[in-house]
Amino acid sequence: MKYVDEFRDGELAKNIAANIAREADPNGHARSPLLNPLPQAGEEAIESLREISGNRSYRLMEFCGGHTHAISRYGIADLLPASVRMIHGPGCPVCVLPIGRVDQAIRLAREQGVILCTYADTVRVPASDNLSLMRAKANGADVRMIYSTQDALKIAREHPDREVVFLAIGFETTTPPTAVAVKQAAAEGLKNFSILCDHVLTPAAMHAILAVEGGVSLDGFVGPAHVSTVIGSKPYEPFASDYGKPVVIAGFEPLDVMQAILMLVRQINDGRAAVENEFTRAVTREGNLKAQELVAEVFELRDVFEWRGLGSVPDSALKLRPKFAAFDAELKFKVEYVAVPDNKACECAAILRGQKRPQECNIFGTVCTPENPVGSCMVSSEGACAAHYSYGRFRSAKVAA
Amino acid sequence: MSAIKPNYTRSLDLKNGRVDMSHGSGGRAMAQLITELFAAAFDNEYLAQGNDGAVLPPANGRLVMATDSHVVSPLFFAGGDIGCLSVHGTINDVAVMGARPLYLSASFILEEGFPLADLKRIVESMAHASREAGVPIVTGDTKVVERGKGDGVFITTTGVGVARDGINLSGNLAQPGDKILLSGTIGDHGMAILSQREGLTFSAPIVSDTAALHGLIAAMLDSGAALRVLRDPTRGGLATTLNEIAKQSGVGMMLHEAAIAVNQPVEAACEFLGLDPLYVANEGKLIAICAPEDAQRLLEVMRAHPLGSNASVIGEVQTDAHGFVQMTTKLGGRRVVDWLAGEQLPRIC
Repeated sequence: MKYVDEFRDGELAKNIAANIAREADPNGHARSPLLNPLPQAGEEAIESLREISGNRSYRLMEFCGGHTHAISRYGIADLLPASVRMIHGPGCPVCVLPIGRVDQAIRLAREQGVILCTYADTVRVPASDNLSLMRAKANGADVRMIYSTQDALKIAREHPDREVVFLAIGFETTTPPTAVAVKQAAAEGLKNFSILCDHVLTPAAMHAILAVEGGVSLDGFVGPAHVSTVIGSKPYEPFASDYGKPVVIAGFEPLDVMQAILMLVRQINDGRAAVENEFTRAVTREGNLKAQELVAEVFELRDVFEWRGLGSVPDSALKLRPKFAAFDAELKFKVEYVAVPDNKACECAAILRGQKRPQECNIFGTVCTPENPVGSCMVSSEGACAAHYSYGRFRSAKVAA
Repeated sequence: MSAIKPNYTRSLDLKNGRVDMSHGSGGRAMAQLITELFAAAFDNEYLAQGNDGAVLPPANGRLVMATDSHVVSPLFFAGGDIGCLSVHGTINDVAVMGARPLYLSASFILEEGFPLADLKRIVESMAHASREAGVPIVTGDTKVVERGKGDGVFITTTGVGVARDGINLSGNLAQPGDKILLSGTIGDHGMAILSQREGLTFSAPIVSDTAALHGLIAAMLDSGAALRVLRDPTRGGLATTLNEIAKQSGVGMMLHEAAIAVNQPVEAACEFLGLDPLYVANEGKLIAICAPEDAQRLLEVMRAHPLGSNASVIGEVQTDAHGFVQMTTKLGGRRVVDWLAGEQLPRIC
């Protein structure tokens, strides 16, 4: 497919992989298990190689679930030297949604009889009482999966006698369409439409990760793709200047990710920390000003928002401005947010912070699977746990005797 | 004074009429629907017996039987409709067991209010598919449910066939070293349905691959290749079907992404909706697993048939205590091709 295949070219991937290997590991000790197969080359073998090599290691966080998905789906880890380790960040909209927020939506649908519309994977996020929106639907709640905010507006127009609530989730990519829908509803006088706003902000989450005391040792970030088309590359500059962490904004195609990794390795080797842009075909420093204006017109900062994994983070999410209060489902239906602690055995919090890997969670792949997710990282294929389970678990599997 | 016609009933209004409860009540209206629509379209000597069941001649070989319910929405889609789909689906289920399909039954659940014109279209499509395949519909049933309790029409078909001696195909027979062959492109049916359901239009329309595969399968069986498993990757797509076989046989598999063909519009639609074609349904494709030494011969036989012209060897069966189906990616990496979790839902951003 034109404009896609070019970014998935195996030969180019090999070239970039060779460059990464050469620059990340000039002595050539730590080779990828695939390029130079070892007997039972698993995670442990790689770890021991890293020790033998004595070279520095590169701990890079891809913030976005889109990158996590690309790394897993295309097997990019196989093309990286052992000294480069990718840490999956919290940039998956459904993964950072705390239980209490899903509960709120379920209560709306079950107790107030609204038509609750939301995007795809959100319906599978585990909530309290062993429920999810999908299970609430099976129990009779009117939950609808939509592709676009326009679908939610359409449902509201078609059912003037019913209240229609859009559970608005996502980072800066999905926020402008919500703003458009709210403005449209206001212009049309659509009184039976409202939103439950759970839109969150990427830079705030990155701050929260870096500000953790005794936090993670991260050497750099693969910066968001689609989010950056909206907010531009400028908001990441403090991560380079204040925290000394290189950021390379990358597209979601596998070659984008590999090129960004190479650029990060180069910055780290040079002792530099700058914001660089691999995704120049879509991202500018300023971003999409029109979208930013639209968002600013409709939304304002929430004082604090609870993230799954990151806890309560100030100024990290949006709510509707008072001017649009009539479309705020939280006010309209008086559904309070009640914080609910995560399952004790679930390591989603540490995984979302990059402190643990999915396979280090005791319930990974046993109690918690994509069919029965306990934590939200197991829900979306962009989540670290589901991605590792679905695409990469052969790497950490131990052969039973 | 007009002459009385003692047995006259006005013929069905196949243009503007609708299914009503009387069409399932067992009375005259039902008899009329059967005679004027189903029997007229399916017309064959067994159905003409007019009894509760069909009496069939003795079969020569082991009997194979399969059944399949069809609930597709929309009922009419690019490349087919629920009618021909219900014929192809069951013929394929019988044929992948290595049997020659002989007879079908068809059972209809109709929703009150369903337009008779649409029903006629569906029934004629079934009749056409059954005739083309040479597999008659020899018995059937019709029920009507109240409006709102069905989705227009549901069709269940059952098929019977015979397998000749010496043919033994089963999902538990794949052995390490065997080759995995695929008869053509993947994802066509599922994306034809989904793009229509969601009102997505592409410059090149996506057409369902619905087809009866028994002809292709007969040629494959005649080739004498040591076939172990045949299966049609319908719901859950190629990935799910291969995982089923890996589990049944207690083996792993290594696929090669570059060998798996996807039609360009299907690939584009999948990209657009965030779906993976490996998990999208097919209705006219088959997977064959055979002894490595026979793979080339089998491939040539498949390619010589119109329904296998894009066939390819897509991977190998291997020893794996975990039963993982893995794939070497075009990029040069490796990944697990897992079971489908839940419904394949589009990703968000």
